[in-house]
Amino acid sequence: MNQFQYVRPTKNKAAIDTVTKDPNATFIAGGTNLLDLMKRGVVMPEKLVDINKLPLRKIEKESGAVRIGALALNGVVAEDKLVLEKHPLLAQALDAGASAQLRNMATVGGNMMQRTRCPYFYDTALPCNKREPGTGCSAIEGYNRMHAIFGFSDKCIATHPSDMGVALAALDATVLVSGPKGDRKIPFVDFHRLPGDTPQIETNLQKGELIVAVDVPENNFAKHAHYLKVRDRASYAFALVSVAAALDIENNTIKDARLAMGGVAHKPWRLTEAEKALVGKPVSEHTFRQAAEVAMRGARAFEHNQYKLKLAPNSIVQALKTAAGLA
Amino acid sequence: MKDYFFQDTIGKPMDRVDGRVKVTGAAKYSAEIELPNMAHGVLVGSTIAKGRIKNIDTKAAERAPGVLAVLHYQNAPKVPGYVQAAHPTEPKPIGQPHRVFYDDKVYFNDQPIALVLADTLERAHYAAKLVKASYEEEKHTTNFAKNTDKAILPTAAKRNPRHGLNDYVRGKEDAYKNEPLKIESEYVIPSEMHNPMELQAIVAHWEADDKLTVYDKTQAVIGTQNAFAREWKIPVENVKVIATYVGGAFGNGLHTWPHETAAIIGAKKLGRPVKLMLTREQMFTMVGYRPHAWQKVGMSATPDGKITAITHEAIGQTSSYEEFTESTLQQTRMMYTSPNVTTRYRILPLDISTPIWMRGPGEATGAFALESALDEMAHVLKIDPLEFRLKNYTERDPEKNLPWSTKFLKEAMLMGAEKIGWSNRPMQPGTLRDGEWQVGYGMGVGTFGAHRGRATVKATLYPDGKVVMQCATTDIGPGTGTAMVQIAADNLGVAPEQITFELGSSLFPPSPSQGGSATVASVGSAVRAASIALKQKLASMATGNADSGFRGAKFEDLTFQNGQVSLNNSPGTKLTYSDILKQQGLPELEVTEESKPGEERQKYSLYSYSVHFAEVKVHPLTGQARVTKMVSCADAGKIVNMKTAGNQMIGGAVGGIGMALTEGAVMDVRFGRYVTKDFAEYHVPVHADTPPVDVIFVDKPDFISTPMGTKGIGEIATIGVAPAIANAIFNATGKRVRELPITPDKLI
Repeated sequence: MNQFQYVRPTKNKAAIDTVTKDPNATFIAGGTNLLDLMKRGVVMPEKLVDINKLPLRKIEKESGAVRIGALALNGVVAEDKLVLEKHPLLAQALDAGASAQLRNMATVGGNMMQRTRCPYFYDTALPCNKREPGTGCSAIEGYNRMHAIFGFSDKCIATHPSDMGVALAALDATVLVSGPKGDRKIPFVDFHRLPGDTPQIETNLQKGELIVAVDVPENNFAKHAHYLKVRDRASYAFALVSVAAALDIENNTIKDARLAMGGVAHKPWRLTEAEKALVGKPVSEHTFRQAAEVAMRGARAFEHNQYKLKLAPNSIVQALKTAAGLA
Repeated sequence: MKDYFFQDTIGKPMDRVDGRVKVTGAAKYSAEIELPNMAHGVLVGSTIAKGRIKNIDTKAAERAPGVLAVLHYQNAPKVPGYVQAAHPTEPKPIGQPHRVFYDDKVYFNDQPIALVLADTLERAHYAAKLVKASYEEEKHTTNFAKNTDKAILPTAAKRNPRHGLNDYVRGKEDAYKNEPLKIESEYVIPSEMHNPMELQAIVAHWEADDKLTVYDKTQAVIGTQNAFAREWKIPVENVKVIATYVGGAFGNGLHTWPHETAAIIGAKKLGRPVKLMLTREQMFTMVGYRPHAWQKVGMSATPDGKITAITHEAIGQTSSYEEFTESTLQQTRMMYTSPNVTTRYRILPLDISTPIWMRGPGEATGAFALESALDEMAHVLKIDPLEFRLKNYTERDPEKNLPWSTKFLKEAMLMGAEKIGWSNRPMQPGTLRDGEWQVGYGMGVGTFGAHRGRATVKATLYPDGKVVMQCATTDIGPGTGTAMVQIAADNLGVAPEQITFELGSSLFPPSPSQGGSATVASVGSAVRAASIALKQKLASMATGNADSGFRGAKFEDLTFQNGQVSLNNSPGTKLTYSDILKQQGLPELEVTEESKPGEERQKYSLYSYSVHFAEVKVHPLTGQARVTKMVSCADAGKIVNMKTAGNQMIGGAVGGIGMALTEGAVMDVRFGRYVTKDFAEYHVPVHADTPPVDVIFVDKPDFISTPMGTKGIGEIATIGVAPAIANAIFNATGKRVRELPITPDKLI
């Protein structure tokens, strides 16, 4: 990897200032993705601002939400009592991610910031608009088995690899950021961007902005929530398709629903239309199948990911069945 | 079970003799060797699949901190033994290993084109990123599926009509075609990449201008020694190869690779030792792999289940510069009674790196097609697949027309079927469920030649009763050292704790390379021979001594046990080995014995056998397949160590699960470049993919195979596993997947 400077501030402001001022500086937390990218020469930051000493690890109740510090470790959040009680969907999604070793290093903020696993992004010998804008997308006519079926552009068809993010998208989470211009809140579903003409820009964070926490608001989904991850092996593989499903059920009728998918788009893919199709309906496989059909509207596949057009709706049905206790 | 001389040790689950040093980290692998003044080398790979290097810009790399040199075809010291020819196949059509830094030509993507040498590994890696090459690209051929019409008969077969790679016809050619009850199917396996835990690594050190020492990850100490002696045109005895510990190899250490010679070139240039370890990514291109293969099987049978004909064709890929071949179709020629058998084997040269044997090698590829086809035929006939195999069981080798040395495959099949609960298998696929999950059972048979080679062991007995044995074999993980100590202990009558078996050095007496499941047979036989020779020397010393009480006794009158010799008919008359040496005033007693196979191999057909049973569960909506139970049974002669052998069988089964469900390298044929080249994208099975594997050994000795009654198990542990799982998936779902790996997308 390239040579770089390394600093480890203890105050948020110092960290933010350093990254704001230095165009080639970047934050590093668990480093589980960034170090791989640096070793391959995909990214070459000249300064790493290690934020692990910042006071951002707490998980607490805060005005009707569970507030999770940006530096809370994935493995810790997945086993946190409050999270398990209030948002088991999030705990399930975290548990489905990576391996135990990685979950013990990776942070909540870092999880959101991880880059796609598109092989062309990782191979510096091949064209990739995300890595080198303007060089072209190798995946569109190449090996695109893992790629998007929603929201892609002619510049990029990569998917976002996070599991946690799929649950956060479903659970109406909000991202708390702190930056050179002060603090702000970004709804999680607006945090990541679609590729459009600028696939190299993946989030709506501004230069120097630091994720400090995620708020997950209170809800009635804890009893009927399920995260389903379909992958090429039983553990430690990225999702072919994943589904976060959460239902609020009363007298066998769906009062409210949340649904999001992973492995299908450049960002965790919230399915609001399908949610509407569930509300007010009886709990049944038929209802779920109808919602899955709504969810799949507008999906388009490439040469190697045609299977997702079938696997995705199947997985939605299976996740909803499991959430509802039918599976 | 006690057999002839197996007194104490053989068969017991003895702990590994090197277990402690391995788990504590005391064992030093090649990449951990530190030599004074050592430099670090990192290879730069080409980014095209075929063409010429137009320009190679090393300025930035050379200026980088700590860089000692950047070598490439224009400035690297020439390897004197490289065949001087414009194309590697020009002197010999069969080709040759890639000549690193030989000229400007590129034969495969990620071919090593430069070597960066620096004072630290990190600096070498950084500088390697700064090397920039430009190319004159030529049109490459890397699309296997689109070029199968260009497959050729291997040169070895063209040259010799009796070579086993030639087309084979028993009875009538392609006889299945005219039969009423038949199947015809095509099967595809992707390239499977060698990814042992330990990366390929070498430390190369020129101790003098013509004296080379390498600490190298290899399965072939002597083979590597010879290869480097040839390359550098120096006497064989001037090359020292050390491979004391090898962290898994599975076949990729059976060949010398470009990075090894590159390190030696670097050491030559710098005049200091060079360490070079491949990156995980380079393991996909710079060492071999199980080749991508296409197969077609046609089979016919009578309504009552007698196979009447099999035709099995295979095409395996190879590189453009070196022909790699394997015995993909062997099992088809000898496993079943079919009176008509046709096999045709071809290779397809592509602009890719050379493949190599990978555990089970071609036989595992072939068994996937053959044993799947058998399952397909049984389904057509509505016969239980186990019964179908038993109906076509052979008591004599139909290919060589010879008796088997021993064969207890039927026993293995019945034991395995009982253990897996074969009676639960539904005849109608897709009818058994466990909740939402579809459940199925499948089986697959494997076989591999029970090979044995020529090996020599030196044994030295010391007055303190300790014994040291030496041989230039390796221990790539099966527990070779442990098995050798057990064989020595029983044959010499010495406690295992008293025996040290030293291996992994070319300074020791020669051994074949550790491949083809033959190490216990070859080296173990030499250990036994050396043990007997030692006992004979001890006997003649004891009986030659007038005062010993042994005077006049013959060798067969003596018992050798617990480090002492005694008279059979007067057990009180005894002498310890130490006493014998002390009486003679000997500081040590040394023998060197060679052992080799004999005429038995012309009179009998020798094979090891396995049969694997799998229970799988498949989710009908998500297509996820899980192996929930596995039983692997081996008929592999006498088992020397139940623990290490059992461990080997489990490892082989896990490899087979990978082959069946998860592993496959994907190449983007537009670039001729792999796109799945790390452990995130190339999926080896994880623990969650592997159920507990029940291992059953028939454990009946085959004394035609070796004097210990052993046969190999390394390959048969994998051969037949993939079809067992594919067949189980068919039984669970009714879906026949003929292209591996069977990922969820293929099952929805």
